[in-house]
Amino acid sequence: MTLTTTRPTTAPAPDRPAPARRRRHGQRVSRWQIYLPLGLYLLFTLVPFYWMVVFAVRPRGSSSLLPWPVTMENFQTVWDGLGFGIFFQNSLKVGVASLIATTVIALAGGYALARYDFRGRTAFLVAMLCTQFIPGAMMLIPLFEIFRTLELVNSLWSLVIAETVFQLPLSLILLSGFIRNIPLELEEAAWVDGCSRFRAFLVVVLPLLRPALVAVGSFAFIHSWNNFLFALMFVLQQDKYTIPVGLAFTIGEFSVDYGALAAGGVVAAVPVVLVFAVIQRYLVQGLSAGAVKG
Amino acid sequence: MAVAEVIPRRRRRSRRRGSTTPYLLIAPAVLAMLGFLVYPMASVFYYSLQHYNVNKPWDNGFAGLDNFQRMLTADPLFWQSLGFTAKWVLVEVTLQLLLGLGLALIVNETFVGRAFARALVFSPWAVSGVLTTGIWVLLYNPTTGLSRYLADLGLMGYGAAPLANPDTVFGAAVLAELWRGVPFFAILLLADLQTIPRDLYEAASVDGASRIRRFVHVTLPHLKDAIILSTLLRAVWEFNNVDLLYTLTGGGPAHQTTTLPLYVAATAAQSHDFGYGAALTTAGFLVLTFFSVLYLRLSRFGART
Repeated sequence: MTLTTTRPTTAPAPDRPAPARRRRHGQRVSRWQIYLPLGLYLLFTLVPFYWMVVFAVRPRGSSSLLPWPVTMENFQTVWDGLGFGIFFQNSLKVGVASLIATTVIALAGGYALARYDFRGRTAFLVAMLCTQFIPGAMMLIPLFEIFRTLELVNSLWSLVIAETVFQLPLSLILLSGFIRNIPLELEEAAWVDGCSRFRAFLVVVLPLLRPALVAVGSFAFIHSWNNFLFALMFVLQQDKYTIPVGLAFTIGEFSVDYGALAAGGVVAAVPVVLVFAVIQRYLVQGLSAGAVKG
Repeated sequence: MAVAEVIPRRRRRSRRRGSTTPYLLIAPAVLAMLGFLVYPMASVFYYSLQHYNVNKPWDNGFAGLDNFQRMLTADPLFWQSLGFTAKWVLVEVTLQLLLGLGLALIVNETFVGRAFARALVFSPWAVSGVLTTGIWVLLYNPTTGLSRYLADLGLMGYGAAPLANPDTVFGAAVLAELWRGVPFFAILLLADLQTIPRDLYEAASVDGASRIRRFVHVTLPHLKDAIILSTLLRAVWEFNNVDLLYTLTGGGPAHQTTTLPLYVAATAAQSHDFGYGAALTTAGFLVLTFFSVLYLRLSRFGART
């Protein structure tokens, strides 16, 4: 059913008329078979987004379903009044810090996995895969205990650490797959020219990894930006809240002001949707390249 | 994500065995995971055998299997939440897989506006559970939601509140989670669809296979491992996913939509009974591991067909 429409419909070979005829009839997917289900699904995807935007920009008391006239009143309420301006900064700090930590640590480990043969390599790899089954939600209690001991409760660092640890395994495996796809000969040529191993990595490997780093970094950022439970449990001071926690408290009060809820939602959505718009095309290609597949 | 995939196939002539460099390179990752994944996991097992309640420190101490006994015999909410978790995971994963596969097949076709359509239908993947709740609360609310505008048109009565009604709350939560869950399958399966060699379809067509037969005999076998892996990852993820239900229904009405992790989170956050929470966590972890292994065995993951 797939890929067939791109193939030119060549004239049937005279000696095999029957299969050729069936092929011509069977392979074409007509336009409405694509556009009808796609259109329905798009409706399901986009109506909720549209609903949020309309409620965010329309004036108080209006019941219009068109986002016009536009008012910024709700955004002012959430940004200044409800503290989303501060939450936004907190989320951004945690997101960028986990992005950097995850990428750097995963890069080092991924390079070791891809380029070295060492004792315990397979065990390390299996351990990384096993962590995918560790439930983040169920680690709340022990992690809270650890952060309390380290006096990191109410510190954004607790979130950076928790995010990084949970993002690391998959990022590391992805990056090692990408590094493995870069021919070793390129690095060897640099060594012959007198580069140190580290310098060869910086000059030769790193530039080629840029798309992979964009993908892994974006994953880390999006996950961190979206995380709710860790932020809810480890940070109890309002000036340290992140966006999802702020948003959750707005939902608790939605009967009071749903314009603010919608505006808060837009504030929460814009960064990740922008990041996603940039990486989504690359996402499918990267996964296709075989980095995650069995 | 097979192990073999990551192990380099070719010779490793530059890699000296016995060098310390690789250990230095993996050290940060190993230390981070030992400190913040392995140690906490071990401490969960330890606390599950302890009485440990921040509110009742005088009772703290070794508990033996008390917590587990209480869980299995004296806590109907444990069984109820476990049952609901199973129902939630099964329904979500099945529907997400079917819709995601359909969506992947559609956007794998060639048509005008494909790149744009892909970007749009995949976009809820990046949205958080809390934001999903925020959006769907607006859609479900009787005064701001779709139902009000449908009622204005005379299509239904006023005052429908799907989240407050015990009969509709499950469906309402499932739909909201589907909205952001389907793109995960669509993205993964599309990536795998693109690796199917065209010759296979050519050969099948030449042999006179209809489109449905080609789907069953070429597409599905090729997607098998991707489907097994994505359903497993998603099942684990849905099992552990707390954000949406915590904010959308709060586990209610009357604990009807409380999953096991949600129950754990509530136990930890509200009653501060960490010992009992750890026992619940241990139970959840065992259940999850058992079913994951069972699933991989039964589905013969990685077996060549």
